[in-house]
Amino acid sequence: MSATIPEEIVDSAAIASASTRRRSLWALALRNPSVIFGGVILLVMVAIAVLAPVLGTVDPTRIDPASRNKKPGTELTLRLEDGKTMKRVALMGTDSLGRDVYSRVLYGTRVSLIVGVSVAILAVSLGLVIGLVSGYIRWLDGFIMRIMDGLMAIPGILLAIALVSIWRSGLSTVIFAIAVPDTPRVVRLVRSIVLSVREEPYVEGAISVGTPTWLVMFRHILPNTIAPLIVQATFTAAAAILAEAYLSFLGIGIPPETPSWGNIMAEGRTLFRVFPHNILYPGIFIALTVLAINIMGDGLRDTLDPKMSKKV
Amino acid sequence: MANPVLEVRDLTVALPAGADRVNAVEKVSFTVNPGEIVCLVGESGSGKSVIAFTVMGLLAKALKPSSGEILLQGENVLAASEARLRELRCTRMSMIFQEPMTALNPVMTCGDQIDEVLRTHTKLDPAARKAKIIGILKRVQLPEPERIYASFPHQLSGGQRQRIMIAMALVLDPVLLIADEPTTALDVTTQAEILKLIAELQGSQGTGVLFITHDFGVVAEIAHRVAVLRWGELVEMGQTEQILSRPQQGYTRMLISSVPSIHPAHRGVRLDKATVLRTEKLGKTYAGKSFFQKARVVKAAVDVDLDIRRGETLGIVGESGSGKSTVARCIARLIDPTEGRVFLGDTEIATMSAGKLRPHRRRVQIVFQDPYRSMNPRITIGDSIIEGPMNFGLPRNEALARARKLMETVRLDPNSLDRYPHQFSGGQRQRICIARALAMEPELLIADEAVSALDVSVQKQVLELLDEIRQRLNLAVLFITHDLRVAAQICDYVAVMSKGRVVEYGSAEQVFGAPKDEYTKALFAAAPGRNWEFGKFATA
Repeated sequence: MSATIPEEIVDSAAIASASTRRRSLWALALRNPSVIFGGVILLVMVAIAVLAPVLGTVDPTRIDPASRNKKPGTELTLRLEDGKTMKRVALMGTDSLGRDVYSRVLYGTRVSLIVGVSVAILAVSLGLVIGLVSGYIRWLDGFIMRIMDGLMAIPGILLAIALVSIWRSGLSTVIFAIAVPDTPRVVRLVRSIVLSVREEPYVEGAISVGTPTWLVMFRHILPNTIAPLIVQATFTAAAAILAEAYLSFLGIGIPPETPSWGNIMAEGRTLFRVFPHNILYPGIFIALTVLAINIMGDGLRDTLDPKMSKKV
Repeated sequence: MANPVLEVRDLTVALPAGADRVNAVEKVSFTVNPGEIVCLVGESGSGKSVIAFTVMGLLAKALKPSSGEILLQGENVLAASEARLRELRCTRMSMIFQEPMTALNPVMTCGDQIDEVLRTHTKLDPAARKAKIIGILKRVQLPEPERIYASFPHQLSGGQRQRIMIAMALVLDPVLLIADEPTTALDVTTQAEILKLIAELQGSQGTGVLFITHDFGVVAEIAHRVAVLRWGELVEMGQTEQILSRPQQGYTRMLISSVPSIHPAHRGVRLDKATVLRTEKLGKTYAGKSFFQKARVVKAAVDVDLDIRRGETLGIVGESGSGKSTVARCIARLIDPTEGRVFLGDTEIATMSAGKLRPHRRRVQIVFQDPYRSMNPRITIGDSIIEGPMNFGLPRNEALARARKLMETVRLDPNSLDRYPHQFSGGQRQRICIARALAMEPELLIADEAVSALDVSVQKQVLELLDEIRQRLNLAVLFITHDLRVAAQICDYVAVMSKGRVVEYGSAEQVFGAPKDEYTKALFAAAPGRNWEFGKFATA
């Protein structure tokens, strides 16, 4: 082979211009107004969760029989452990046990975000593994998918209730119980992508150069699932936050003393007509968070997965 | 001569900012006279389809005609309102597209789709419309017009669907028919019929036809006049005979001489070399297993016997669905053959288990048709090339050194190994795919329609490269193609496949020169422009 570079080589100028065209997907996503809007609200929520202790809150589990069912804006006198008293305004009122709703809602943000993120990660990871195997190893496909179909035939919330009632109640149980019914959706998504990508010539090319199956799956197939999975994860997270609220509202989720938006609403249910603030404030937080996640998910889908975009 | 039906004057269509050039079409002028077929020829990206869509007023919003005018019987289409354009479409100008399956609505019967045109543009009563539709279906030579009228597009063949499109386009006797690569998606025998039909219909009605194609064979077959486009500019225009045999411009000459000749160029002498690949009664049957229905059995390949020796190229030619790709994929064991045996040297690989097969994978490598999909877009071409050698234990450094050498072999810059596939053109990507295959140091290289997606000038370069590599490395090559011209240029031996069977098998000279089988004869008779020796220019 001659050492001289032959006459007909790649035009480097053309390459330079082509490479600038492919921007990073994240840079693109950050130019989408939906992503920015949803992201900002979510960041605020995260800040609230992290900074809850310093945002003028008191212990959210602290029961104060003297100041039960106060309307928002009432000034309360708190007796501290060292015997001193202090005055503070209950911004969102108190519940029927005299707990400060403002503190409970702010601390509840932690539970909701943890549930949302954990369920999304758990469901997506489980679904990714099962979906990859099901889509790529054809003889396992029928078996796995029938199980998934079976899971999907049961309403998600019902399945979660059943799972929670098997184990002792607690945060991890709730997360697991919500993630399991969400997994088949992810499996179907991943499997459908794998089924189309495995027919791509570059995958066949990799097989014909003797690439082992696991490497074909991880190097050539898996990366194609990332963008749609990110989108799916946002919707799963939003649904999980709602599901946690349902479960807590029904009294089978997080133990009632732990502040979570669902628990606060469940507690306020009985006196809703007289003291609507117990349901109103956590309700606003849930609605805002779920809306923000969904809007961000829509925006991410439009940039990461242009085929699904509603805009032409 | 009568007034032209279409006159394009100084048409310029601007591309959106950031495209590879400023204008998609630049100062193009030409005319189409009544009863005349004008071919717009050019490679991909030459702007030929943009012109067609501009005439029809169907241009994508991002593209804007910035100057010039398009006169349809004297009326400027560019200045016409959307409502006026709708009136003009189908009544005065019509268009047929490349892909008849997607151009027809799958949930409407063919009759209803033609009826829609009549309902929109005429005040005929239902009985008269039906009579007119049956009439046009007869004119486009569809059998049993009544049955076709009630059929859905998926119940018809590709050629029949294209006839429906033509019927729809011509039902109101427009003065101008625009045909945008109408036969590119069709098999060669069907293509010949459709070309004949278009020529007959327009001749009898005096319709002017603007025919867009990349195929000089089709040009030689059908065109009265030819316009050659390059990068949106009109290079040359003239009578077909004049353009094909006495082109004035260098670009036209280059383009025409890139068209492979249909007369085999090869030696065809069987040297007594070692057999690399031999198949014995190779077969692949697809049985659609279904729980509730009777299993559907499709025999994609039946009793295929082939052999290839070192340094030889065996071509498998055939129309779509003939089983040629199935055979290639069985040999590469991308699918498992259901019958017969495949010998690689002395090793039988058809029934070998996946684990045992892995060491033998190296020996057969395949280059695919679509250069845009045959490389993982997320990894660099360097990583793509060295993936195979590294699978077989070659250290990364050595693999990279090999990749650099191979890049030179396929005439690409070795320093571009860290680039991604999207940074290369189609022809360059196909070279990279060849480099990836060669990195495995295979004994057999399978090229599955490897040049079909490329423009003729690029196709010529890749074919020359393949042939050079075959000679230099003494490779056996299995070349799958539907293009008889390409097969004639590169193959020593040719197997003609039809309906899963090899109907004719012999040296290229023998098969092309004196075909014995009826199907082979029909195939060759249908090759467009077969009587034209491209690139033999008259001395000007």
